[in-house]
Amino acid sequence: MTYLDHAATTPMRPEAVAAYTAALAEAGNASSLHASGRRARRVVEESREALAAALRARPSEVVFTAGGTESDNLAIKGLYWARRAVAPRRHRVLVSAVEHRAILDAVFWLAEAQDAQVELLPVDATGMVHPDVLAAAIVRDPDSVALVSVMWANNEVGTVSPIAELAAVAHGFGIAFHTDAVQAVGSIPLSFEDSGADALTVSAHKLGGPIGMGALLVRRGLALAPLTHGGGQERDLRSGTLDTPGVAAFAAAATTAVHERPVEAERLVALRDDLVARVLAEVPDAVVNGAPSGPGLLPGIAHLTFPGCEGDSLLLLLDAHGIECSTGSACSAGVARPSHVLLAMGVDEARARGSLRFSLGRTSTRADVDALVKVIAPVVERARRAGALAGLSGG
Amino acid sequence: MRVLAAMSGGVDSAVAAARAVDAGHAVTGVHLALSRSPESHRAGARGCCTVEDAHDARRAADVLGIPFYVWDLAERFEHDVIEEFVAAYSAGRTPNPCVRCNERIKFAAVLDRALALGFDAVVTGHHAQLSGAVLRRSVDPDKDQSYVLGTLRPEQLMHAIFPLGDTTKTEVRAEAARRGLAVADKPDSHDICFIADGDTGRWLRDRLGPRPGPVVDAVTGERVGEHDGAFAFTIGQRRGLRLGRPAPDGRPRYVLDISPVTATVTVGPAQALDVRDLVADVAVWPHEGPVACAAQVRAHGRAVPATAEAVGDELYIRLGEPVRGTAPGQAVVLYDGDRVLGGGHVRRFGRFGAGPRDAGRPGG
Repeated sequence: MTYLDHAATTPMRPEAVAAYTAALAEAGNASSLHASGRRARRVVEESREALAAALRARPSEVVFTAGGTESDNLAIKGLYWARRAVAPRRHRVLVSAVEHRAILDAVFWLAEAQDAQVELLPVDATGMVHPDVLAAAIVRDPDSVALVSVMWANNEVGTVSPIAELAAVAHGFGIAFHTDAVQAVGSIPLSFEDSGADALTVSAHKLGGPIGMGALLVRRGLALAPLTHGGGQERDLRSGTLDTPGVAAFAAAATTAVHERPVEAERLVALRDDLVARVLAEVPDAVVNGAPSGPGLLPGIAHLTFPGCEGDSLLLLLDAHGIECSTGSACSAGVARPSHVLLAMGVDEARARGSLRFSLGRTSTRADVDALVKVIAPVVERARRAGALAGLSGG
Repeated sequence: MRVLAAMSGGVDSAVAAARAVDAGHAVTGVHLALSRSPESHRAGARGCCTVEDAHDARRAADVLGIPFYVWDLAERFEHDVIEEFVAAYSAGRTPNPCVRCNERIKFAAVLDRALALGFDAVVTGHHAQLSGAVLRRSVDPDKDQSYVLGTLRPEQLMHAIFPLGDTTKTEVRAEAARRGLAVADKPDSHDICFIADGDTGRWLRDRLGPRPGPVVDAVTGERVGEHDGAFAFTIGQRRGLRLGRPAPDGRPRYVLDISPVTATVTVGPAQALDVRDLVADVAVWPHEGPVACAAQVRAHGRAVPATAEAVGDELYIRLGEPVRGTAPGQAVVLYDGDRVLGGGHVRRFGRFGAGPRDAGRPGG
């Protein structure tokens, strides 16, 4: 099996599995006052400190959630509600056109149900949001903006946006700034403190922690309304009994991922560049999407368009060869749609449909690249034959 | 062989895929997403076009341990089946969208793509027997679907596998239960999959808008009523005519003819519906001269004795006994016993009584 879909989820790190299973064996609600509760609380708070250290945040800024989607929803809706409560005129919500659906669907819901006016910030051909684009959008009417959210690194094409500059632009107008850093954490250097962001989304399972665990980093003093009401366990911003094993495993994974990042990133960049070069040698008319290899691109992501092919044909054929990758983001019914990310980058619909994301991670090796390179040419040729039936132009 | 199993989420296609696995084929399951905006759950018992049906298909594939994908054919389906369905009704014909879907989607778009991707055949859960390109009725007369497959060309059938033709529906359900397929007791799908509540007239009215016109009695020539869209009527229809006055003879009246140009619906007595001669376009007819056979003009209709002969690009069919309520657009499938000889789509017909259409005869 050749797993080239680490951006979807990546195997849990041994350190995380160890922390997880150790905590699973212990009973204890971190909110209880007795000894078992105190033991669980200690695990949670030590984990909070470790995660904060890994992300260069203060422990009190860490709000544990059930994952990236919840963190994004808390940030978007929480910021919007809190801001509008004191400044009703602030109804504009500015987010990049290439955000994950957890952001896009949240803001579209705000538009539908809560009178928000959503403006999608255009990106350049690599998928990057430029600070002057954000500034131009804000200055049209700065006092009507409720919040800005721009993802740190794109989950499909891997392009990194200049988050510190973007946050500075928003702050110049007194506007709160959120960033979805789900793909960035553990892959590129990242400091919450230095980023200037007011809120930052992180997910455990993308960096070797368990699925169903995440956090929103929330700068002290930021006005944020809660999504869920109940016990108020996480700074009254998030209610629900804390998942002690999940928290412990998340912290262990993040600590290791951040610690190993410099060496691992270098290895992945070399592997990824090799993958791209060899796939291009096999399929010369393939097109590489996203930023060029370098600090502006996530180390493990290679995103390619194979003209004349449909992505789901490629996926099916590669799957039959034991190679697992992705077309980017799938909808709930499993129907492949052309990626909104590629469309926002100016790629036409036919080409957007014929694109694949190969994402490398901790367990990826040269053998995985070899396996892909061995079959990619015949797979593309076959997918082109099927694509010709669908009226897709080749070449 | 490498085969592609079309899995609707129903019991038949799940068992068909299971049998293909048992037969030693390398099976890949595919659910065809035919709706542009699928409902998340079934409202009725249609069972093929919702997210829940896709989920059921995926679960069946999981149980069988085969790869599974969803293919988005919504655009093709909209263009080749739904738009054609609307156009046919607008033109006063009565289309059969299931026949059309088999002709254009399952054994065309899907089959072509499957072959291009390196598969050898498409497996479906249709109740019909197939060996080579010879199609026969299912052993279960109540569930036989050879009619909706009867216009497929040999090159389409050569790449089809129908594993259920030798089995009754009851046995299929029992087999699904034995195999641990959760869809074993899922209700049968029926009616037209893209019309959620089964109300074709209203669906067409919503789509086409009102186009009022008169209802005219064929016998007296009188205007006996009004309607707000001729497309809502089917030849042979009796209910829902809402005629103010009874017929002079007091007998029920039926739709005899629909003229889309003048938006006129003609009604008359039942016997005026009796059709004796049919002229169809030729979908499949690899035979010379007149052939004694049996003709079936509806999915659940009876086959009646007939003689068929190809003349040019048309198939002339004389029925040995009258068939009531045949409409242009319907498929006519011709059988020799349980074997499908060929078929086409009705273009025009002649009636026993004084009908508004004259089929004409070969050579005269």
